[in-house]
Amino acid sequence: MNRAAILWRVASILVAAGFIAAWQLIANLHLVSPVFLPGPDRAWAALVRGFSSGDLASKLFGTLEHMAYGWLAASIAGIALGALIGSSRMMRAYVAPSLEFLRPLPVSAIIPVAIAMLGLTQGMALFVIAFGAIWPIMLATIHGFAAVEPRLYEVARSLQMSRAAIIGKIALPSALPDILAGMRLSLTVALILSVVCEILAGLDGLGQWVLLSARAFRSADLFAGVILLGATGYLTSIAVSLVEQRLLAWQAAAR
Amino acid sequence: MSLDRAKPLLLPLALMLAFELWARLTQLQSDSLAPPSAILAALATALADLSIPIATRDTLFAAFAGLAIGSAIGLSLGIAFGISHPLDRLMEVTVEAIRPIPSIALLPIALIALGFGYRMEIVIVAFACVWPMLIMTRSAVRSIEPRLMEVSRALRLSATQRIAKIVIPAALPRIFVAFRLSAGIALIVAVTVEIAINPIGLGAGIMLAQQALRADLMLAYLLWIGVIGYALNILLIAAQRRLFGRAALAGDNP
Repeated sequence: MNRAAILWRVASILVAAGFIAAWQLIANLHLVSPVFLPGPDRAWAALVRGFSSGDLASKLFGTLEHMAYGWLAASIAGIALGALIGSSRMMRAYVAPSLEFLRPLPVSAIIPVAIAMLGLTQGMALFVIAFGAIWPIMLATIHGFAAVEPRLYEVARSLQMSRAAIIGKIALPSALPDILAGMRLSLTVALILSVVCEILAGLDGLGQWVLLSARAFRSADLFAGVILLGATGYLTSIAVSLVEQRLLAWQAAAR
Repeated sequence: MSLDRAKPLLLPLALMLAFELWARLTQLQSDSLAPPSAILAALATALADLSIPIATRDTLFAAFAGLAIGSAIGLSLGIAFGISHPLDRLMEVTVEAIRPIPSIALLPIALIALGFGYRMEIVIVAFACVWPMLIMTRSAVRSIEPRLMEVSRALRLSATQRIAKIVIPAALPRIFVAFRLSAGIALIVAVTVEIAINPIGLGAGIMLAQQALRADLMLAYLLWIGVIGYALNILLIAAQRRLFGRAALAGDNP
């Protein structure tokens, strides 16, 4: 980063601080009832209090756990299914259109069905999260497999590589940018569905925390939970981006 | 060729037929599954007694109202950020701090501030629609041919004229792509809010059917929600082709 970029960054942080100051001012002047809008000071205090008593940390951990398990399951299944469908012309002709039909379906609509089958359990939450998060990954994998440079396949054929070797050595690496982009997209889906499942099924997590805080009109706790959810979304997405840069470094170098 | 056209339909038809047979043969009694014939019958009944049409109206009203508000905000911010580089850089931290908040996390705040009903749902949908619109409009405005901007300067157009006559027409195809994506998000968020908490619309309908242990009606709602989502998507893609032809496709894979 050069100096101008750092200066812009500082200015940008100052602007954000200005907004927080305005929020504090609005709260202090009681322009909005404090029942709905706590000041940033109270939200921060609630955040610190929640963490020092351990409540909030365990809720945060619960949400991260739901998200991670569902997302990892979806990633493994999504890449495997996507590779299976994407690498076979027959599967692409017969199966892919059905998937395209299912894609615009609001995934949360599967929640009642999952509740009817699995009850209000952790298993239900994991199923819903994995079901929602699988789509971006699977469709990205299929797309990535279909878009592999045809000459690479010709090379593979002339080297008489097996189908598994073609998938592992040629198709997966060249579809990797698509797959990683799909995985980043589905991370957001996983977070949203974790929160919805926690709200509906009362599972330990931030979703349950914000709902209970709202029911009890403890707005400071509520805002603390929302801030934590925002931070979770931000940090997990940054983490995946870092992994993405790392894994794709060879491609940037090749170009 | 007729076989090629039939191929996509074969798998779902075969699955449904197999499921119907299995359900008939085992005399299926279940709280979570129902044979396709029963689902279709439940769908027909619910369409006839207007419960599904009314729920659809509620959901679509909330989704479109939120979409209109959210994309108007996203569009104006996106154009402002796209034209003025300093403004974009100054707002960067603020935008990056608010954007990752999952829309559904606002649900409890909207609930205590606005109560149940359309308003809280519209607010949440609008929040979710602002971001894709903002980001894609910003990049669309940035990628406008610089010579067009030079022309506008040479013609001494005022700022409003420049936006209305140069920026919006030039960026419109990609803005429409953003709008299409936002419309999909709007429907998803509306249904999610209804399922989670709000007692109106299709989401509430499917939850009610589940709680009443009406598996056929629940799956009928699921099917209907799928059809609505699919129809909305098809409609918007057709509109995009019609209005912009290939111009919009450039923005589809940035």
